[in-house]
Amino acid sequence: MSVVRIPPVLRSSVGGAKQVVMTGATVGELLAGLVAAHPGLRDQLFTPDGELNRFVNVYLDGQDVRYLGGTATAVQPRDELVILPAMAGGA
Amino acid sequence: MPKSYADLLKEARSQVREVSPAEADAVRERGEAVLVDVRETSEWEQGHVPGALHLSKSYIEQDIEAAIADRARPIVLYCAGGVRSLFAAQTLSEMGYTDVASMAGGFQRWKTQGLPWTVPPVLSAEQKQRYSRHLLIPEVGIEGQAKLLDSKVLFIGAGGLGAPAMLYLAAAGVGTIGVVDFDVVDLSNLQRQVIHTNDRIGDKKVDSARRTIQALNPDIKVVGHEEMLVADNVERIIAGYDVIVDGTDTFETRYLLNDAAVVAGIPVVHASVFRFEGQLTVFKPFDGPCYRCLYPTPPPPELAPGCSVAGVLGVVPGIMGLLQANEAIKLLLQIGDSLAGRLLLFDALDATFSELKLRRDPACPVCSEGAIEARRIGRPLAVATMGADAPFVLGGPGIGTAS
Repeated sequence: MSVVRIPPVLRSSVGGAKQVVMTGATVGELLAGLVAAHPGLRDQLFTPDGELNRFVNVYLDGQDVRYLGGTATAVQPRDELVILPAMAGGA
Repeated sequence: MPKSYADLLKEARSQVREVSPAEADAVRERGEAVLVDVRETSEWEQGHVPGALHLSKSYIEQDIEAAIADRARPIVLYCAGGVRSLFAAQTLSEMGYTDVASMAGGFQRWKTQGLPWTVPPVLSAEQKQRYSRHLLIPEVGIEGQAKLLDSKVLFIGAGGLGAPAMLYLAAAGVGTIGVVDFDVVDLSNLQRQVIHTNDRIGDKKVDSARRTIQALNPDIKVVGHEEMLVADNVERIIAGYDVIVDGTDTFETRYLLNDAAVVAGIPVVHASVFRFEGQLTVFKPFDGPCYRCLYPTPPPPELAPGCSVAGVLGVVPGIMGLLQANEAIKLLLQIGDSLAGRLLLFDALDATFSELKLRRDPACPVCSEGAIEARRIGRPLAVATMGADAPFVLGGPGIGTAS
């Protein structure tokens, strides 16, 4: 079981939750499970080809999965996944 | 039996090892000993050995332990002529310092032998009082304060993030504060933009910020850039600044600023806020990632609304803005560990901070080795633009108007 932290802009798609608990052996499996449970996230996280959108970063235990094994990165139980889209607000 | 001055001096000479200025310089150069200037402040201000510590003989018993905790560390004391340092060396020996020498002939002989010396920055009496809490911190001190007074920080936006950051950097004595903003003060700004006031609604933000800063600290020069940051002016506006504090509300400006700051080699202290949460990092060119390494393309507007759409708890940009001010000061003074390569996340509801590791993208079109080389030969790499070619076209206002 891994915790997936949901950024504020995506919380409305998961019923307002700050985090959800998912099961999966890889980052891709966790994200696929997340999208299956909350279909509203699909277009926000993935391109039509099923790739992660480039404006969304995913971190596994604080490390960017792009520099690990991407969506194929193995996930250990109790690892934490953080989804982080860019934020612009400053004023 | 009472002792005369001559007796005391003779006794000190017999107990304390003396070194010549040349020997002192050699151990200083090799970093083998710390040189301590025991003269009065007025003498120190006329010039001193570069890198020496200043601990006046009048207070040396009080101050030495805080300045040099290791009693085995080699120390060379000097004064003007080599007498006061002999007596101070005796005192340190009594306190258990085991390797203390006195420089024969003092600073006078040092200078006549043509050895290097430097004149410390001098603050006015008023500045010494104003910045006294900084001067007490060894990592800042007079030299650090002088560096701040000589520094130039550019704020992109005098809004939620810029307002608190600007106030504190002005208070800290950052000598030149540039403000890019073309907006006017609106009533809805005052919930968080603490540099503006109720009686300035409708005034230009640049003017309002200037008035508050100058009322707080007349040392500060405020340079207003009352224009929207665009491709045609960004290079000119950021030129000459030491650090940029990014407090904008749009992706267009953030990418524009990033690309120009990387080329100009100016670090950008970046923050953004959304409701109860904030993100913060430092983009230090070529020493950590840039904004495009982190987010190569902008999100669609519905995924990244600004504060005017999504709302923000007023204290969140306050907290993030002050963390930006903290990073700016560290960069200016070259102290501590900057947030370059780390993204700090703040959650106000949980009252937690967490950290993510950021990396330079080896294929970044702006800061990678390939991008540097491409610019050198005059053929810069293409970047994802925010125009018609971008996956998502972001319309909307520039700096400050989306507040």
